[in-house]
Amino acid sequence: MSQTAYIYDAIRTPRSKGKQDGSLHEVKPIELGAGLLRALKQRHDLDTAYVDDVLMGCVSPVSEQGSDVAKMIVQKAGWDESVAGVQLNRFCASGLEAVNMGAQKIASGWEQLVVAGGVESMSRVPMGSDGGAWSGDAAFAVETSVVPQGIGADTIATLDGFSREDVDAYALESQRRASHARDSGYFDGSVVPVVDINGFEILRRDDFIKPQSTLEGLAALRASFESMGGMGFDDLVLKKYNFLDRIHHVHTPGNSSGIVDGASAVLIGSKQAGRDLGLKARGRVVAGAILASDPIIMLTAPGPSARKCLKTAGLSIKDIDLWEINEAFAAVALRYMRDLALDHAVTNVNGGAIALGHPLGATGAMLVSTMLDELERRDLYRGMLSLCVGGGMGISCIIERA
Amino acid sequence: MSSFNYEKDPQGIVTLTMDMAGPVNTINAEYQAAMQESIDRLEHEPALTGVILASAKKVFVAGADLNALVCATAEQSTEIYQNIVALKRDLRRLEKLPVPVVAAINGAALGGGYELCLACNYRIALNEPEVRIGFPEVALGLFPASGGVVRLTHLLGVEKALEIILGSQQMGPSNALARGLVDHLVASKATLIASAKEWIFTHQSDADAAVQPWDRKGRRIPGGSIHAPRNAQYAAVAPAMLHKKTRGLMPNAVAAMDIAFQASILDVDTALRIESRAAVKIVTSAVAKNMITAFFFQLNMIKSGASRPAQVKQTSVRKLGVIGAGMMGQGIAYVAAAAGVDVVLKDKTQDAADAGKAHAEKLVAKQLAKGKLDTADADAILASIVATTEDEHLVGCDLIIEAVFENIALKNSLVATTEHCLAADGFWSSNTSTLPITQLAEASVNPERFIGIHFFSPVDKMPLVEIIAGEKTSDEALSKAFDFARQIGKIPIVVNDSLGFFTSRTFSSYLDEGAQLLVEGVHPIRIENLGKATGMPLGPLQVQDETSLELSRKISETWAAMGVADQWGSGETQRRVVKDMITDNGRGGRHHGGGFYEYFEDGTKTIWSGLYDLYFDPKVVLPDKDISDRLMFRQVIETLKCYQSGVLRSVADANIGSIMGIGAPAHTGGFIQFVNTYGFEAFIMRCDELMHLYGDRFSCPDIVRQRAASGELFT
Repeated sequence: MSQTAYIYDAIRTPRSKGKQDGSLHEVKPIELGAGLLRALKQRHDLDTAYVDDVLMGCVSPVSEQGSDVAKMIVQKAGWDESVAGVQLNRFCASGLEAVNMGAQKIASGWEQLVVAGGVESMSRVPMGSDGGAWSGDAAFAVETSVVPQGIGADTIATLDGFSREDVDAYALESQRRASHARDSGYFDGSVVPVVDINGFEILRRDDFIKPQSTLEGLAALRASFESMGGMGFDDLVLKKYNFLDRIHHVHTPGNSSGIVDGASAVLIGSKQAGRDLGLKARGRVVAGAILASDPIIMLTAPGPSARKCLKTAGLSIKDIDLWEINEAFAAVALRYMRDLALDHAVTNVNGGAIALGHPLGATGAMLVSTMLDELERRDLYRGMLSLCVGGGMGISCIIERA
Repeated sequence: MSSFNYEKDPQGIVTLTMDMAGPVNTINAEYQAAMQESIDRLEHEPALTGVILASAKKVFVAGADLNALVCATAEQSTEIYQNIVALKRDLRRLEKLPVPVVAAINGAALGGGYELCLACNYRIALNEPEVRIGFPEVALGLFPASGGVVRLTHLLGVEKALEIILGSQQMGPSNALARGLVDHLVASKATLIASAKEWIFTHQSDADAAVQPWDRKGRRIPGGSIHAPRNAQYAAVAPAMLHKKTRGLMPNAVAAMDIAFQASILDVDTALRIESRAAVKIVTSAVAKNMITAFFFQLNMIKSGASRPAQVKQTSVRKLGVIGAGMMGQGIAYVAAAAGVDVVLKDKTQDAADAGKAHAEKLVAKQLAKGKLDTADADAILASIVATTEDEHLVGCDLIIEAVFENIALKNSLVATTEHCLAADGFWSSNTSTLPITQLAEASVNPERFIGIHFFSPVDKMPLVEIIAGEKTSDEALSKAFDFARQIGKIPIVVNDSLGFFTSRTFSSYLDEGAQLLVEGVHPIRIENLGKATGMPLGPLQVQDETSLELSRKISETWAAMGVADQWGSGETQRRVVKDMITDNGRGGRHHGGGFYEYFEDGTKTIWSGLYDLYFDPKVVLPDKDISDRLMFRQVIETLKCYQSGVLRSVADANIGSIMGIGAPAHTGGFIQFVNTYGFEAFIMRCDELMHLYGDRFSCPDIVRQRAASGELFT
């Protein structure tokens, strides 16, 4: 039994600085997610009892985000008690992994309607709070050359010859595109304002974007990973990449993804579900792919995962109209475009995480709404979504309009 | 009679005085039996109020028996594990006695000795210099495995414990007190036991006094677990820093860090078990054997004079003449003066001689600033150096060392003009690193009193001297040179005269193989990184830049003029590189405006781009392993040849000389020890492979085949 996984809706919260002075710091992570579930119910007059499962990506699933945060969100949203929830973690791919798994559930015929998304309050549960062998396991760190991802990104820049000017110029363009898109209302259809218990609005639109960025300002920022590299991490990289004499540290807070709070939710279901509930399909999940490459650099697999995804779908690069690559670091996007010979004109057309921010577990599913909105706005057909992932993994997903 | 005296006083305190059969208390079978028997008795001792551990020897406990450890093989793993578990079980029983247990530390408590102290509730040390506390294990390829890592982590916290353990730190009593390794100091031996008893008395009603911190309910490790937020930065960075420091070549250091991290989140018994399992792996590792052999047994052998003719009586130098106040001469003058020798530093001009003395002034000023010298000592050092141009100041010298340019005629003329200045039984020495001593001695009227003393640069930092006996050098002169080296705090190795002696000859093979790889078209940065990956301090190209290509050129010209070019293998590649670099491109090395590297004003450097045009061939694909093995094996093979031809007189000299003079990676235990743990058969096989792939210079020396047949290790 195999059926098409339709996208009935794709929404997200606005993104805001993931620190104490961020607009969403006062909001519990479960509330970020619950707000979206309530919006889905409201937007479609949804009979929530019909929903089989809610899959939520979350990268730091401890403390407020611990104990299967997806199920907590379902309850917090007041959905029917028959609805299940599962939290999953594939690092930065978690949100898109939820979408891919959700689509697999529908495609397999085991389930008819699911929500796939993610939640991450980086201001309330800081990155790294969940521990793990990356930090605190000395033997693993030395045996497998564990280095911070930023040093991996700097290594990509070194290997590919991306200069500080190249990555800063890319970052500036991301800011320009994102602020243009927000100010032109391109995101408005999918961004659900975050409100308080009275219904007072806390945040309506993305407020992390820095439209005032300049090349001079970006150039003045200090490289984030230079001193850590010097402490020994560069040597761990050079052990494998021994034809390099040093790592050029080009990434700064200005050309890396922003730390933000946010959540996302995509309503995926079968044709039958749409019929039963009177939902109109906006798109389809065509195929998904996951793989891994070098775990030391960690960030080189998006291109290969996109190729794998194309192969699964039986498509080729020219069949894709628009591309989204998560801007974890500028060099990741530059490497992706180089790997696939893509034009920047069709890649991240509304900017990316450098400008908008990267709420780890939520980002992947956010790309679905960004892409679907833009395909509709431009009246194009098919898009590819990709992210680099911790441990050297890469994830991709192809969606097309219904 | 038991090795431990068991004495109970009327107040119910048992003093257990360790007094083993040998000259020191050592952790061996005798110790283990005595400890077990004593604890059996203590556990059943009626009306016991406290226990004091004391020593009847000068040292408290000298630690584990390295003679046994160095022989441990992987086949004995089960036995080793059971043994360490038994040893640690007794320590655990000791600290779990229901009464306070106090260590009365009267002398050195290092390694296993300090681990015993850690299993006591309270540590009192005598405040005298002979008391040394700490963990030397990591520098010997081991780690403190009898609870040392686990208990010190629980006592001080992860970061502070690892600083001591990974740094192989040993310290005196006041430092140990300040850092929490001991709890109390006493001024005299007489009050040590009394002080321990007093502590036991005053803590009879303190329930915690008999319970180790790690056995108390709810007690937290200082600084918290490795996952505590305040440790996050340390946890993330420390392994990388350790890797950078050890190049990933010291599995024992990684094991220690891994155990400390785990100890911070586990109960003591579980952590101790993990520590024991790791101990088996580490004790039986090649690195442990190599480092114990070199840094304990062989270094001690050298220090105790094994390579010095035994029948000659000990001498010392009161007055030293140094001719040539350049980099080497000034360094020799300083180290001798600092050791209390009167020094005459002579050069052609007074300015040059004064500049040489200024070096000593600079180093003394640094020591003063660091508080390592007081003003009186500093003045005395400087006053003992006379900078002059006059030969007459040399009159009465016990030893004259020349440190002028490597020019035979110049050296000969100095011998002729100053030899008569020596004291009646004085001797003459050359600091040459490349010219044959026998030939230089021909200029002397007393060739039997002529010897080579080869210092390394910078003289004040490099611990080694290479003493070279010429054909006619007498045992007396050799002994005097040896004693002088010890007098000024150096580690002397003794070699027989031969072109390039041992160190220069072997060192050249590293540079030559670097040049070979370069002209074959290997990426120059890979050559450098893979050289460093073996554990060598610098890549071969950088080393050659530092010592200068120009110097290599001069040496090879001198040797050619002497008719001894290519004595140790073809110098063709080196000559080609010298021609390309110096003749065609004017790049003589770092101090000649650049060589293989370009040097920038901000202190950074990068490979000179011309190297890629000259040599780099992307089609040449050599495995990493072949590159690093070529760089290592060349030096090992050259060392073996020096040994089999009698240039080297002992394996200890070969290993210590290669580590301290050439920078042989410490974890190998030196260039000959390397073969012992690589395995003779495996070494021969690898030599054969490299020979077939890369040339006859990798042909395995006969001595290895002989040893493979006899099974006798190089010792």
